[in-house]
Amino acid sequence: MIRSDILKDILPILRDQLVICNIGLPSQELHMMDDQPTNFYMLGTMGLSSSIGLGVALAQDKTVISIDGDGSVLTNFGTLPTIANNVANNFILLIIDNGSYGSTGDQPTYAGKKTSLTAVAKACGCQNVVECKAEDTAKVLQAAIDSKQMTIIVAKCESGNIKVPVITKDPVVIRDRFMNAVRA
Amino acid sequence: MTISEKIVSDLVENDVSFVTTVPCKQLAGVIDAVDAEQSIYHIPSNKEDEGMGLCAGAYMGGKRPAIIMQNTAIGVTINTLVTLTQYYRMPLPMIISYRGELREPVACQAEMAVHTKALLNQLNIPTYHFHEESDVEEFDAILKYTFMCNKPVAILTDASFWGGYGE
Repeated sequence: MIRSDILKDILPILRDQLVICNIGLPSQELHMMDDQPTNFYMLGTMGLSSSIGLGVALAQDKTVISIDGDGSVLTNFGTLPTIANNVANNFILLIIDNGSYGSTGDQPTYAGKKTSLTAVAKACGCQNVVECKAEDTAKVLQAAIDSKQMTIIVAKCESGNIKVPVITKDPVVIRDRFMNAVRA
Repeated sequence: MTISEKIVSDLVENDVSFVTTVPCKQLAGVIDAVDAEQSIYHIPSNKEDEGMGLCAGAYMGGKRPAIIMQNTAIGVTINTLVTLTQYYRMPLPMIISYRGELREPVACQAEMAVHTKALLNQLNIPTYHFHEESDVEEFDAILKYTFMCNKPVAILTDASFWGGYGE
């Protein structure tokens, strides 16, 4: 399975939740498959999906899922200690770990080599860290939502991309409808 | 009321309830005052762009955010300011220690000081420079302006404003 297969599997779960989606192909795939006002698409700023998601989670009570990638977490490694030390039990960080920088041509990341993001998250003090196979992601994600405990999921999958159009929505429109969905 | 207490009191008065900080010797007093204020969620960040991500999220979640950082952070955060805060039109008061100005003891700090205003100007970020202690009187109006126009706004606070480095 590749990232877009995981997204397709978890669409029914994501539909009812606030989702912060990582820059590049992950956002474009989610936007193409199931655009929802509860989705915040990152059009720029690699690495901040987890930080934005934690901010949303700390500011209100609804469940927030940040969809991130291994490369993006490596870009913003400081996020993991911040998450560990600011527990928001309505926050789930889903790291889709395909061991590569998918949006830029599948260059390998260190997470696909010696570095285990699961071990790093645990070492940073994150308490509920679950590593799973791609095909188990939906089950693990639903369990994390039901647990009402802040959870970091590292879903391991193969690298590879599907063809998707870029997002042409205006950023202020994306932000405004997301904020309305938060308030709804 | 100390300058730090006045800054935190204005934050509270303007419903700012989510503040991220990156440490700075010059800002230690205001960071302590933020931490002590019950109505503010204080979340230290490890890097300023991470902090701006947290603030963007908190704003979308319904809280008014602010960031406290050094001017060296402008060098770290240009991409985030442009492609997140400005692109999505989000308000962000940035309380910045203007290191490398008069009375600065550390030579290297002057290197970013000479670029600070030029960079903020290039980014079209409204910028206020607190030099005299009485300049803090404008802080309340600056906060109101920031949340009126949904822009990042810089408040540069130099060593003279803070009363020097104890020299």
